[in-house]
Amino acid sequence: MKNLKILWNGILKENPTLVLVLGTCPTLAVTTQAINGVGMGLAATVVLICSNIMISLLKNLIPDKIRIPCYIVLIAGFVSVVDMLLNAYLPDLHAALGIYIPLIVVNCIILGRAEMFASKNTVVASAMDGIGMGLGFTLALTVIGSIRELLGSGTLFGVSVTAGLFDPISIFSQPAGGFITFGCIIALVNWLTKSSAEKRKKRSGMACATCAGCDGCKEEGGEEEQ
Amino acid sequence: MRELLVIFFGVVLVNNYVLAQFLGICPFLGVSKKVDSAFGMSVAVIFVMVMATAATWPIYQYLLAPNGLVYMNTIVFILVIAALVQLVELVLKKYIPGLHKSLGVYLPLITTNCAVLGVTLLNIEEGYNLLQSVVNAFGAGVGFMLAIILFAGVRQRVDTADVPKAFKGMPIALITASLMSMGFLGFSGIVEGIFGK
Repeated sequence: MKNLKILWNGILKENPTLVLVLGTCPTLAVTTQAINGVGMGLAATVVLICSNIMISLLKNLIPDKIRIPCYIVLIAGFVSVVDMLLNAYLPDLHAALGIYIPLIVVNCIILGRAEMFASKNTVVASAMDGIGMGLGFTLALTVIGSIRELLGSGTLFGVSVTAGLFDPISIFSQPAGGFITFGCIIALVNWLTKSSAEKRKKRSGMACATCAGCDGCKEEGGEEEQ
Repeated sequence: MRELLVIFFGVVLVNNYVLAQFLGICPFLGVSKKVDSAFGMSVAVIFVMVMATAATWPIYQYLLAPNGLVYMNTIVFILVIAALVQLVELVLKKYIPGLHKSLGVYLPLITTNCAVLGVTLLNIEEGYNLLQSVVNAFGAGVGFMLAIILFAGVRQRVDTADVPKAFKGMPIALITASLMSMGFLGFSGIVEGIFGK
């Protein structure tokens, strides 16, 4: 029951992209098509689940002072595995995602969850958190990707939808369209959850401070060393 | 020389890492509340980008590629960057405490800045030589600086504006970024126009 709550927490209440505003680079970069959003989301989910499980297993073994480099190496290992698997079995997706696959290493969602959740919780809870956060990320990417694909090239998952209705607005395939779509969706989420909007705003303000946060701790750790 | 200028201005204006390639969005959104901190952050980013490129390019060409270890590059590069950031911090703290004081907070943040890992990987992918790679890294850093400082300036004014409640904070910042990105679209083709292709 508790684990199910953790799962839902990641998908909806603390959606990493729309509420916590983490991992913005891949969110904006690969969502020109819905299918790329799904692919990126699932790739990150796999890495997130594996790294969460490994880190919560090793949490007592990793020395506190060098934990961030340890986490990064672990995550980079899993990312390399995913990179090679995609290259072998889904070469089209691998080509479409390009540089953003190795960049999953520095996705703040993964390091953030390692630092904030997996290093403090049991293996099962961490795995559930990984699944929840990963699916939340995938969901957000798919929604943004669908909107941008529909408006920007008039298709949805590669199927032509709006032919004859309106001409595609090509700016939505451009970076500018990515920023504006993402901004409007966050605004929509804020509006739908008006009652707790203040609380959420505070949290989203914390967002990049969180990825800053894990490094902030590292800085403290570094100072202790000397 | 012309080739280097094309790379430099191309990456600053046309293929700006933040506004056209979506690299380094996290610090772009997170550290852009004030112009001062945006400036500090971007100086640190330029510095680490150039250093990281100068370190990873030889490692890739002379160590990983000849030994068939290309698949290790993500792990090796991120380790080099993390170590470099720590090293730079220690050196600055010891020898240039003034600079360390103003950049110190931003240095650890850079490890997780995807623009830094991105520039090292893209240099390899583009097949640049060492000099071209360093120029590209420097240009990417300058482009980051240009984008984040302009953005911070706009954001300081937007903060005092009367924004609809749901759009306050992150959403309006993203829409501001979108308008800036549209502005940068206007630069496409300009570099070839000036320097010839």
